[in-house]
Amino acid sequence: MNSITRSFSNALRATIPWAVPIGILLVWQIAASLHWISSTVIPAPSAVLAAGIRTAASGELFRHIGVSTARAAAGFALGGSIGFVFGLLNGVSKPAARLLDSSFQMVRNVPHLALIPLFILWFGIDERIKLYLVALGVFFPIYLNTFHGVRTVDTGLVEMGRAYGLSRAELFRQVIFPGALPSILVGVRFALGITWLTLVVAETIAASSGIGYMTMNAREFLQTDVVLLGILIYAVLGKLADSGTQLLERRCLAWHPAFATQGAKN
Amino acid sequence: MTGTMKMPYSPNSLSQTGAEVRISHLGKSFGERPVLTDFELNISPGEFIAIVGHSGCGKSTLLRLICGLEDPSEGSIELNGRPVREQISEARIMFQDNRLLPWRRVLENVGIGQRGNWEPAALEALEQVGLGARAHDWPAVLSGGQRQRVALARALVSHPKLLLLDEPLGALDALTRLDMQRLIEDVWIRQGFTAILVTHDVTEAVMLADRVIVMENGVARLVRRIDRPRPRVRGDNYLSAIEAEILSRLLSRP
Ligand SMILES: Nc1ncnc2c1ncn2[C@@H]1O[C@H](COP(=O)(O)OP(=O)(O)OP(=O)(O)O)[C@@H](O)[C@H]1O
Ligand SMILES: [Mg+2]
Repeated sequence: MNSITRSFSNALRATIPWAVPIGILLVWQIAASLHWISSTVIPAPSAVLAAGIRTAASGELFRHIGVSTARAAAGFALGGSIGFVFGLLNGVSKPAARLLDSSFQMVRNVPHLALIPLFILWFGIDERIKLYLVALGVFFPIYLNTFHGVRTVDTGLVEMGRAYGLSRAELFRQVIFPGALPSILVGVRFALGITWLTLVVAETIAASSGIGYMTMNAREFLQTDVVLLGILIYAVLGKLADSGTQLLERRCLAWHPAFATQGAKN
Repeated sequence: MTGTMKMPYSPNSLSQTGAEVRISHLGKSFGERPVLTDFELNISPGEFIAIVGHSGCGKSTLLRLICGLEDPSEGSIELNGRPVREQISEARIMFQDNRLLPWRRVLENVGIGQRGNWEPAALEALEQVGLGARAHDWPAVLSGGQRQRVALARALVSHPKLLLLDEPLGALDALTRLDMQRLIEDVWIRQGFTAILVTHDVTEAVMLADRVIVMENGVARLVRRIDRPRPRVRGDNYLSAIEAEILSRLLSRP
């Protein structure tokens, strides 16, 4: 196969997952244009697009997207790194796991969104509430999957590494971490979902900026198009984050038979 | 029993490539259960030893002790007069399963634990087992026999003085086994390392070994020397007789 046809067929393959959403958009636009549905219930995609252009032109849209993305990133980084560190620690050290794991499991049973009223009491609606909520939500999937990943690394491989003279650091870098990576990345994808979900709730209830705030604000002025725009932007941001992880998966797990074939499996 | 038995040895008997192995009063228990008791074995440099015995009699434990994956409860193991613990890199072990790192290419797997400019040596070892062309493949795409050959290359790349083989061919089909046996014999002749092969296949033991040891409950019960030129012929009367003797010994266990 020559490289032009190959890249063309790759491009085609990449567009296939978008076929259904685009089809739905088309049907929706037609239904709205023919006034089958009222624009106050659901405005046409074109109206949402117009709202997008309008808010983008005023700079408001990008400010809110920027704020939301920064919150997501900061919360994810905070909760993710703590979860990762404790996952590794408990994975490699039995005493640490005995000390900490059951406590983590207990806290895990508290839904983190249930803490919103408490957090509002403590922090008001300032930035910390979003940061801590996202971090808390992200912590568990990363922790659990890192812990599980490290624990289930093939002991035969670890033994081989020792027999072939790997130092502890080399053993970790060459055997334990790569062995745990598939599981860790599952945790990352899961955690990204939780990040956006948490942010939607937190920004809707307790924020004065961000996409969630933008939609709540628009609701007061009955701007259904902006509300819909906000929802769509959340969806797009979520999808982008997920695609990023998928890309990461395919790069880091190229050795894995499940990722060796082309084409994303969701 | 002391852990430091001073064994006499003469430096002249040291071979360039094969280690002299002295196992004295070796004992190993897991908790209360003794697996090896007072195990004695001296192996001269470059000798090929095969160990056969019933499942659970401590063969793997013996190899793991020799390559330092476990510590003895009693006794000592010396390579060329020095404790193995101080020279782990002189002994290499090959397991029944290939234990290749799936996230490393074949060549990187062969070079694991090697320092400095290891690629040429790794490639040479791969070529030795006939897989030079697969250097940049993932282990996942190789066949079981090929993976085991990569594992052999990995064991050989550092030119060990002692090669430990823990049923390395147990999971292979009969034809691939024969190929691998020949390959192992070839590199052993060429490199001159000392070899200890644990196997369930008495024919294999008799074909390859200078001495076959029958292990029972953690002690060497029967030792049979096989003076036969190589390559040995299958079905040779002398070999068949020894094979029959070892088999009946194994089957007559109380
Ligand atoms: N880490 C361990 N902890 C407790 N018991 C062990 C351990 N390793 C081995 N044993 C015990 O030691 C005995 C000998 O085991 P070993 O693996 O050496 O047997 P083997 O001769 O290699 O058997 P096989 O032919 O089935 O491989 C067995 O009873 C086994 O249960
Ligand atoms: Mg065994």
